[in-house]
Amino acid sequence: MTRAMQVKKSTQETLTSYGFMAPTIVIAGVFLILPIVSAIVLSFYKVQLLGELSFQFIGLRNFVRMLEDERVWIALRNTMSYVAVVVPTQTILALTLALILNSQLKGKQLFRVIFFLPTVTSSAVLTLIFMWIYNSNGLLNAGLSFFGLPTQNWLGDPAVALQGIMMMNIWSTAPLFMVIYLAALQDIPESLYEAAAIDGANRWEKLLHITLPFLQPVTFFVVVMGLIGAFQLFDQSYIFSAGTGGPNNSTLTIVLLIYQYAFRNLDMGYALALTLMLAVVLMTATLMQRLLFREQQLD
Amino acid sequence: MKSWRWSTPVLYLLLIGYALVTIVPFAWALSASFKPLSEIAAGGVNLIPQAFTLANYQTIFTQEPLFSRWLLNSAIVALFVTLLNLLFNSMAGYALARLQFPGKTVWFLIILAALMIPGQITLLPKFLILKSLGWLNTYHGLILPTAINATFIFMMRQFFLNFPKELEEAAALDGLGRMETFFRVVLPLAKPALATQTIFVFMGAWNEFLLPLVIMADPAMFTLPLGLNAFKGQYISYWNYIMAASMIFTLPALAIYAFFNRYFIQGITFTGGK
Repeated sequence: MTRAMQVKKSTQETLTSYGFMAPTIVIAGVFLILPIVSAIVLSFYKVQLLGELSFQFIGLRNFVRMLEDERVWIALRNTMSYVAVVVPTQTILALTLALILNSQLKGKQLFRVIFFLPTVTSSAVLTLIFMWIYNSNGLLNAGLSFFGLPTQNWLGDPAVALQGIMMMNIWSTAPLFMVIYLAALQDIPESLYEAAAIDGANRWEKLLHITLPFLQPVTFFVVVMGLIGAFQLFDQSYIFSAGTGGPNNSTLTIVLLIYQYAFRNLDMGYALALTLMLAVVLMTATLMQRLLFREQQLD
Repeated sequence: MKSWRWSTPVLYLLLIGYALVTIVPFAWALSASFKPLSEIAAGGVNLIPQAFTLANYQTIFTQEPLFSRWLLNSAIVALFVTLLNLLFNSMAGYALARLQFPGKTVWFLIILAALMIPGQITLLPKFLILKSLGWLNTYHGLILPTAINATFIFMMRQFFLNFPKELEEAAALDGLGRMETFFRVVLPLAKPALATQTIFVFMGAWNEFLLPLVIMADPAMFTLPLGLNAFKGQYISYWNYIMAASMIFTLPALAIYAFFNRYFIQGITFTGGK
């Protein structure tokens, strides 16, 4: 090939390549890169949404305002109590289900398909189904009184409303993490168990000294995913409380708060500043997860 | 085969118990959708309706004139989002795996960075951009921002990296250009990867709540999850209607799940979630 032909060929390949990349470049440019840049810039502005858009530079005032905003702290507290209950419960439940399904049982395919139903159902539908079950003369209260337990006003009592969302989300996300555990269980070399059997280890010892240590990176992954999910909680709270975060702010989440500031109070700049704080939390969690995951794999 | 163990029946009991925990809410919702309002209001716990009726399903279509429109909106959006993602993600994945061009590393790093950026972060600026484009309350306003997906661009790149080179070389000898080779030789052989994309992208678009909530303010442009929420506000305590509407919405997603089940499980282990 002559030099001129080579140059022509590589120019042509560049053009073809950018043809392949064009839709991605345009869409990522307009709906990913531009939004991130404008989120950062606009969080230093007061943005007027009513009528024509107008912007006024106010420096760090949006960020200072957060510290004094009582509802930010309420949303954070709700998120923390959600994390404290949901993350450990769904992790242990997912692990237990995966361990059971991984033992040599017939029909485990069928169980897996059934367990997975909530994961493919829309959050809106799941929330409506649970509101129907939680309603004051609904199935849950009927079940509770059957066992002689006190019934609750699940939708209207601030003391239990968030717990209702917690139960629903543990129920609907545990199967997803179960599948991730199941995949990891397949990767444990059989030879480890055989060696342990020769040393006279019983099933409990094998679980404790082989399976659980082997699953540790996956557990870390699942816990961080649960944490990220908690900070992203929106649909369930929005539908549960008709967008208010009530009763008495008990189901208020960070994303719901951002939504309210942006679209109820039309205070876009402040909502964007809150969004940036959320981004820092979420991306720190993701980055930590990636780095630790990579370290584990290099070992 | 392993020998019988005392633990086997215990494990089965646990599995059946949890299967019941999973199924009961769905069964209870399905049952409500076939009960008349009087039976709902009475608050019984019978799973089999005493006065079985299909009237709820009829009523939601006749009483709520927008219901079929919401169903149509959801179908249009999910269909186009899926088709565009299949096409665009595969094209970008192929270029990043197989072609040489200046700026390739930069674009690959941008895709990797995009994997870590949660959708909530870009939500408000997206709204502002769509507003200034005049694209609020339009189909393309909801479809185009979600027409690519970093996770699946990355997945397609991994897939094409392992794709046998010989096929493309043979196509080149036959005088096919890069584009023709991609569409006529490579893409038809990428079916498993495309199936995995289809199920995740379709489910994501079908079930999405927050993005349409922000973009679609006009009730005629609602997708069905928004419609269901509005419907609940309007027909509060008409649980028979709400559950019938929910069942109609869930059916297509379940059908896709049943059909693509195999790819779903594979996909989860790749994407690590949704």
